[in-house]
Amino acid sequence: MDNGSREVWVFIEHHSGRPADVSLELLSKGRKLAEKLRGPLKGILIGHEVDAVAKEAFRFGADELLVVDHPDLRDYRTLPYSRILCELVEERQPRVILYGATFIGRDLAPRIASNSASGLTADCTDLQIGDATWKKQQHQDLLLQIRPAFGGNIVATIITPDAKVQMATVREGVMEMVPLDAPCDGKITKIHYEPTAADQLVRIVERHREEKRSNLKGASIVVAGGYGVGSKKTFDMLRELADVIGAEIAGSRAAVDAGFISREQQVGQTGLTVRPKLYIACGISGAIQHVAGMQEANRIIAINSDPNAPIFDVCHYGIVGDVASVISTFTETYKKKLK
Amino acid sequence: MKCNSIVMVKQVPDTSNISGEVMRPDGTVNRAKLPTVFNPDDKVALELALELRDRFGGKVTAITMGPAKAGDLLRECLYMGADDVYLITDRKFGGADTLATSYTLSEAIKKLGSYDLIFAGRQAIDGDTAQVGPQTAEKLHIPQITYAEKIIDLKEGKILVKRRIDGGYEILESSMPLLITVLKEAATPRPFKARRLMALKNARTRLELEKEASSPEELEKLIADYASKGLYIQTWSREDLGIELERCGIEGSPTKVHKVESVVLSSEGHQQIPPTSEGIGNLLDSLIGEHFFG
Repeated sequence: MDNGSREVWVFIEHHSGRPADVSLELLSKGRKLAEKLRGPLKGILIGHEVDAVAKEAFRFGADELLVVDHPDLRDYRTLPYSRILCELVEERQPRVILYGATFIGRDLAPRIASNSASGLTADCTDLQIGDATWKKQQHQDLLLQIRPAFGGNIVATIITPDAKVQMATVREGVMEMVPLDAPCDGKITKIHYEPTAADQLVRIVERHREEKRSNLKGASIVVAGGYGVGSKKTFDMLRELADVIGAEIAGSRAAVDAGFISREQQVGQTGLTVRPKLYIACGISGAIQHVAGMQEANRIIAINSDPNAPIFDVCHYGIVGDVASVISTFTETYKKKLK
Repeated sequence: MKCNSIVMVKQVPDTSNISGEVMRPDGTVNRAKLPTVFNPDDKVALELALELRDRFGGKVTAITMGPAKAGDLLRECLYMGADDVYLITDRKFGGADTLATSYTLSEAIKKLGSYDLIFAGRQAIDGDTAQVGPQTAEKLHIPQITYAEKIIDLKEGKILVKRRIDGGYEILESSMPLLITVLKEAATPRPFKARRLMALKNARTRLELEKEASSPEELEKLIADYASKGLYIQTWSREDLGIELERCGIEGSPTKVHKVESVVLSSEGHQQIPPTSEGIGNLLDSLIGEHFFG
């Protein structure tokens, strides 16, 4: 159901006066989608004293920013933010809205989708504009929402042909962050905010936030373990190897679920996407959900006891063997080379 | 103060047990072929609701939208201590995405009447979308707190909740009614109570009783019989809810699977490295030569 609009919107998340990386990544991607749609790229910026954030948003290609600035809006709260966005969507009918798949984006996007009866696809690993036939009807310029499907090495393309507004969330690091060559200032449209009683139903009593400590996203070497590592003890051997070679440690979702490593260090579709020079995958079978988060590594070493594990199809070097013994050999051999 | 809670629970395929034959050619999952489990986050949500009830009094009602098999899930809710359970079920609910699901659940909740809190797990392991909770809250026009880690206090109609945010936490105070989605870390689900298990293992949904009845009259009799013993699980169809057909199930789902592709991982081939000191030593030499380290 084409609503005639060609606008691509990106919800711009910000913390301490800076835009979140994921929002800049989405602006970079949104620019390409907007070009394909032959429409404008607009950023939605809700907050207080957000001039610096606005400037960054223009540097990444926003043509226009819809800015809602009010002291009450300094920190994200579900109710005022979702109400504001629902009203903007209702009034202006964009064609596409992208959100970071962050705690905020995942709290906010479903409310907007619910209110406007739009489709919403979580954790997309790619987005394109393209034509599609659905029920014998040809639809032009749909948002193709691409994500690994549940189970198996399968990637699904989701479309929402009957929805006026098409929405998707994307994890941080999935899209590349590309500033404009020659940045230019776009237009700022100020939107008036009138607090309502409902906006005050939930009050922030206390907030504690630290900038992320994980260096995983920008690491040049990553040692990652999966369920096949087998035990916490063996996982500690991966940590030792990471220490010795100057790598960051990561895990697959199965390793996180098994309690080997924290969720913040999960690589894959529902975790981080990394692009290191070297990725050492230990005891990881190679499900598409994991591969989506590491396939752009420059070089991949896979260690697995199962010679038929799919991870061997994406790696550059394959070592078939017991993870504990291969890692121990790896660490000892590296130490000797250093001497 | 008493606290009445509704908990939205879901029976999910055990995603740790997926084999090739459960995938249909169109990429959807043939759920009938998978073993099912109580969605882990939802079980924690139920536990939190039960803890609040045990502390402050009130009632806990568990509801699920699902097929006949979800009767098992609701019995588990009863064994844990839920006061009341409801199966929301209809062939027309099949193929629902998160929007259609939230519509159906929100209408069922409206029919249930008043409540202080609605609980749900953070997300279901079969889709990981984390959308149904907030979508339901929006449809009910109530506030939400997602990613709850802990319920700190409840007094004078206000609830204090600690929730996770990117890089930290916040403590929120909210009025009620309120919808809360909870993290796995928020509580440890209690084991089934043996006494409740013995007393309630024969609880049946209408769909289950239909299989035993040979006529509509007999079914009505069976239902009345089970209800009199407190063993009838309320079962609501689309008609019982009186809701719009075009907003339910696959019909009411804007998201469509357009295309499914098997991923053929790059077949460029890789270099086999023997798992020996010598093999690994040679690999390290070449990587060191290319300045991969340091």
